[in-house]
Order: sequence, then structure tokens, then C-alpha cells
Amino acid sequence: MNDTILEARNIQKSFDDPVKVQVLKDISFKIDKGEFVSVIGKSGCGKSTLLYILSTMDTIYDGDLLIDNQLMNGRKEVELARVRNEKIGFVFQFHYLLNEFNVLKNVMLPGLKLGKFSAKEVEEHAMEQLKKLGIDHLSHKMAGQISGGEKQRVAIARALINQPLIIMGDEPTGNLDKRNSEIVFEIFSQLKEEFNQTLLIVTHDLDFSGKCSRVIEMEDGRIIRQ
Amino acid sequence: MNIRLIISIAGSLLFARLKQTAVAAIGVTFSIMMFVTLLSFMSGLNDLLDGLILNRTAHVRLYNEIKPNPEQPLNLSEAYKNAHNFIRSVKSSNKRKEIYDNASIMKSLLHDPNVRGIAPRITAPVFFNDGAIEITGSINGIDVEAEGKLFFFNDYVTDGHPTDLKNVSNSIILGKGLAQTLLAEIGDVVQVTTSEGERFPLKVVGYFQSGLLDYDKVQSFASITTAQKLLGKSNSYITDIQIKLHDINLAPAKAIEYEQRFGVDAEDIKTANAQFETGSSVRTIISYAVGVTLLIVSGFGIYNILNMMIYEKMESIAILKATGFAGKDVQRVFMFIALSIGVVGGMLGLFFGFLLSLGIDQIPFNTASLPTIKTFPIRYNPVFYGIGAIFSFITTFLAGYLPARKASMVDPVVILRGK
Ligand SMILES: Nc1ncnc2c1ncn2[C@@H]1O[C@H](COP(=O)(O)OP(=O)(O)OP(=O)(O)O)[C@@H](O)[C@H]1O
Ligand SMILES: [Mg+2]
Repeated sequence: MNDTILEARNIQKSFDDPVKVQVLKDISFKIDKGEFVSVIGKSGCGKSTLLYILSTMDTIYDGDLLIDNQLMNGRKEVELARVRNEKIGFVFQFHYLLNEFNVLKNVMLPGLKLGKFSAKEVEEHAMEQLKKLGIDHLSHKMAGQISGGEKQRVAIARALINQPLIIMGDEPTGNLDKRNSEIVFEIFSQLKEEFNQTLLIVTHDLDFSGKCSRVIEMEDGRIIRQ
Repeated sequence: MNIRLIISIAGSLLFARLKQTAVAAIGVTFSIMMFVTLLSFMSGLNDLLDGLILNRTAHVRLYNEIKPNPEQPLNLSEAYKNAHNFIRSVKSSNKRKEIYDNASIMKSLLHDPNVRGIAPRITAPVFFNDGAIEITGSINGIDVEAEGKLFFFNDYVTDGHPTDLKNVSNSIILGKGLAQTLLAEIGDVVQVTTSEGERFPLKVVGYFQSGLLDYDKVQSFASITTAQKLLGKSNSYITDIQIKLHDINLAPAKAIEYEQRFGVDAEDIKTANAQFETGSSVRTIISYAVGVTLLIVSGFGIYNILNMMIYEKMESIAILKATGFAGKDVQRVFMFIALSIGVVGGMLGLFFGFLLSLGIDQIPFNTASLPTIKTFPIRYNPVFYGIGAIFSFITTFLAGYLPARKASMVDPVVILRGK
């Protein structure tokens, strides 16, 4: 049974600016459904660069990327946007909500974009997610009016709205205090336990990675342990 | 694609920056307002100035010109047919000014579907006698009703009734300037001498003021019958037939056609008054140029506000893209913002332009030479409003296109990493 969600085959990436530097060297690994994977490594070893490639936002690289067993190389921008919308949920270090909208609308936007459900249904789903994360009472506040920890939970709710195959995070707890970091970790592991959610999280927090089911360690653009 | 979602995102961005977007929209409003007003006013002015000449001028005028016969007898001679003949001292033939058989010409003209109406006329040079002095002038024998209908004759009779020309026998309407030189008041009798030397008393029943001073100093009007009597001619004598067409642009072609068909001379309005068209089109070009310049300036306003907005919203754009919005969607969002600024600003501009035109239309404008004009002239033409609407749409589209494209090209990786 093949339930591979994401596969990287020999991914290489170099920057030409100012001199040619190879940042990722021959990265290959697979992530199966239900795995909670963390990526660790020294600052500058290429973790974020790898994540941007895996998330289809960066398209300039060598090697193959498969999401849901489909090759992503050479696809059109519109198709990749669709893949991100439907199959990938993002959580960033800086919480990145749209300040022009309230919390509920922030969570709804990717769902409305997907267009699979009516606006009313999307709203119901969004409320469910907010409730699940214990922040449903904030739904009508503007995004700029809530705390950092709350913002990160809203961002997680947004990542979940389209029931993605995988959730990716670039240091989602990097900007949070200990208590809030723990809350976020709890949410992630609960998602894995209860909903068999697949997660790929870049982190500096060794406490965090220590509790994950699998750790990928990088050094100088290579995977040294997985 | 989900248009409602695009609109709702655009709306939120727009309302978050309401002041700046309002300023950009006001720029469009102002320029469209000025554009519409300027065009209405300028073409009102054009109509007025054109009317000065064009209203009173026939589209085609049939007459007989005194000129040498192009077919000199020598040319007809068989013997010299192939020779190159030099003829000196050619004189104009003794051709009469009368249009022969004018009754049947007029009848067939009235059957021509291109003809709106015709007015026969007699023009004759005369002298007006004022004591010892003689003033040269000319008298026009007219069909009062036809002239009123086709050439707005009644508008230019400032004192007295035009119909008195018909109802009072041996009556005359004098140009205002002429009346002043003759010191003739309504009810007075003026002495008129024809070129044949006949002297004739005519009763003044009104004044005529065309707006062209030189014209008013020499012209006078009488009924056709009076003019025929004055000149000692029969009641079929006519020197001119003035034709008004439905479409003024046909005038040159029709003139040529009538010339051949009726064997008379024909002059068309386009050829006779070419300089007026030039003036009109220059004024129109100037108003369009000013209007378009204003629009371009307001286009830059929109361009600026959008660029600023995109610069401020880089992060939001990156997030939208990261969560699955394609570049096309982002571009649509910003195009929608640009176009709504353009459409709202443009609509208000049309509305205020209309109000401003109404206002200008109320401003008194009295000038001695234009008796029929009481306020500044404005032409209300829906076409101007249509052009204004289209222009505002096009400028905002162009002004929005580049920033929107820029927004669509934002690379989320660069923005997210840069934090
Ligand atoms: N646009 C770029 N042009 C040139 N070099 C770049 C660019 N982006 C990243 N790099 C380099 O690539 C390397 C990897 O960067 P990356 O952001 O992936 O590191 P990281 O592992 O995420 O580090 P951190 O843990 O500090 O976030 C770094 O040496 C960085 O300087
Ligand atoms: Mg990083």
C-alpha cells in the first residue's frame, strides 16, 4: 500500500547571488501519511530553502518533487497555486494574517478560494476549526487585535480549512513564548493522533523536535540523519 | 473563477485605505467633470459660431454667374478644331441673372429625397437714398415662410414682424447697421434706387441683426413680389434657389449634380465656408487634448495609489499566494480596485460635469452681435458623456494594469524570507 504524501528525489538548489553557492545537495526523502516530521539543523543550513521548494512556492531547483504521487516539476503557476490551496496548509514563524479581515474571514479565505463548498459551509468549517483550537470567541475580532499566540492558532486554523494532505511550518513556534509554544505543539500532536494529520515542521526548538515521531537533521545542505 | 471572492478582497483592501482611494477617485472625478464641461461648452460655442454662418447659408445655392462663355464660337468651327486657338479680350456674355424655368427646377428639387427644403430668392444691388447721399447695399427678395423655416430668419429680426413683409405691400426690413446709417425708424419710408435707375419708396417694417456687422450694414429684405416689382420683372423672376439638404456632407456632390442637371451654377457650403470648419475642428481638438491631459494626470494618481497599496500589502499578497491564490487572482484584485476607482470617480465626474454645464448655461452672456444668445452656450450631447465614461475606464485600466501585474509577479518566497 502506497500512502506516500510527499517525496523529494535528489533535490539540488543553488543561489547565484553574489557567487554561486549550492545550498541544497542531493536531498531525498519520503513522508508517509500520518507522520509528524520535524526538520532541524544549524542556522543557514538550508531548512527554509528546502521548505519553500517542498511547498511549491520556489520552482527553481533540480531534482523531482512529488506531492500525492504527482510530479510537481514544470507545472504552471496556476496549477501549483491550486496544489497549495488544496493539499498544503502553511504556518509561518510570523503569523501573517491579513489585517484587513477579521479572524473568521482570514480562516475562510483559502476555503472560499478552493470553491468546493458554499460560503456558508466554509464558514461553518472555519468555526469548527476555531472551536477545535479554542479561539472561537475571537472569530469576529480584526486580525490585528489579537495576541501573537492567538494569531498563530488562527494561522493553524487557516492551514486546516481545506483539510490538507500535509501541514508545513517554518519555525511556527519560533516567535512564541514557552507556554504558547507548548500549546501549538499540543495542537499539532493532537492533529496527528486524532485525525492522522501529516505534518512537516522546521524548528530550532529541540524540545519540540524531541517529541516528534521522526526527525530529519540537516547540515550544510545535506540530510545527515532521518 | 470566484468573482465574489475577488471583489470582497478588493473591497477590504480598498476600505482599509479609504482616504487615499478617495483622493485618487476625486482626481478622476475632477478630470472627467472638466472634460465633459469643456467639451459641452466648446461645442456649444462651435454651434453658436457655426450657426452665425451655417444657419443662414444654403447647403447648395443655384444661381447664374456672369462669366465668359467657355464655348467660344471659334472653338466650334470645324476648320480650327485641331488648332490651338488664342482669343483675346473675351467678354462676359450678356447672360441674365435669372434662373430660367425655375418653377420646374424647384418642382424636381422638392422630389429629391436628399432635399430638406428650398427657398427661392432674388438678390439685387441697390442704392439707398438718404437726402443727398447714396448708400450702396443690396436687397434680398425672399419667401418669408421658407426662409424662416430653413434659415431661422425670424430669429434675426429683432424689431418688427417678419410676416409684415408679406402683409404690408412695398415693405422692407433693414439690417440694423443700415437702418442706423439711414436714420430710419420702423414706419419710415426709405427711397431705393435700382441699378437701372428706377426709384422706389419702401416702408420700413423691421430691423434685422445677424451678428455680422459688415453684413448688417448693407443687407435688406423684402418679399419676392416687392423685389420683382422693384426690378420691373415678371412674377417668375428668381435669381437664386437656396437648397437645404438633410445631410450637409452631401453638399459638394449635390452641387456638382445640380450644376449638370439644371445647367446653372451651383455653390456648396463646404467650399464656400471651409474656414469655419477648420475653426470648429481646432476648438474640438483643443478640448479633447485638455480633457485627455487631465485624464492622464488622474491616471498617474491611480497608478501611484495602487503602487503604494501594493508596496504596503506585499506581505498580504505573499500570504494570499502561499495559501493558494494564483498570480492571476491577485492581478484581478488590484485591477478591480483600479477599475472601481475609475468607475466611481468617472460616474461622479459625469454627474458633476452635467451640473457644471447647467451652471455655465445660466451665466448671462449678452452681446450686441448675437441677439438670440442670452447665456453662455452649452451643447448637451450624450456622446460627450459616453466618451468621458469610456476614457475614464481606459485610463484607469491602463493605470491599474502595471501595478496589478507587478502585484501578480510578487514572489512569496522573497517576501516571506525577507521578514
Ligand atoms: N535569495 C538568496 N540569495 C542568496 N543566498 C541565499 C538566498 N536565500 C538564502 N540564501 C542562503 O542560503 C542558505 C540557506 O538559507 P535558509 O534560509 O534556507 O537557512 P535556514 O536553514 O532556514 O536558516 P535559519 O535556521 O536561520 O532560518 C543561507 O546561507 C542563506 O544565506
Ligand atoms: Mg529558516
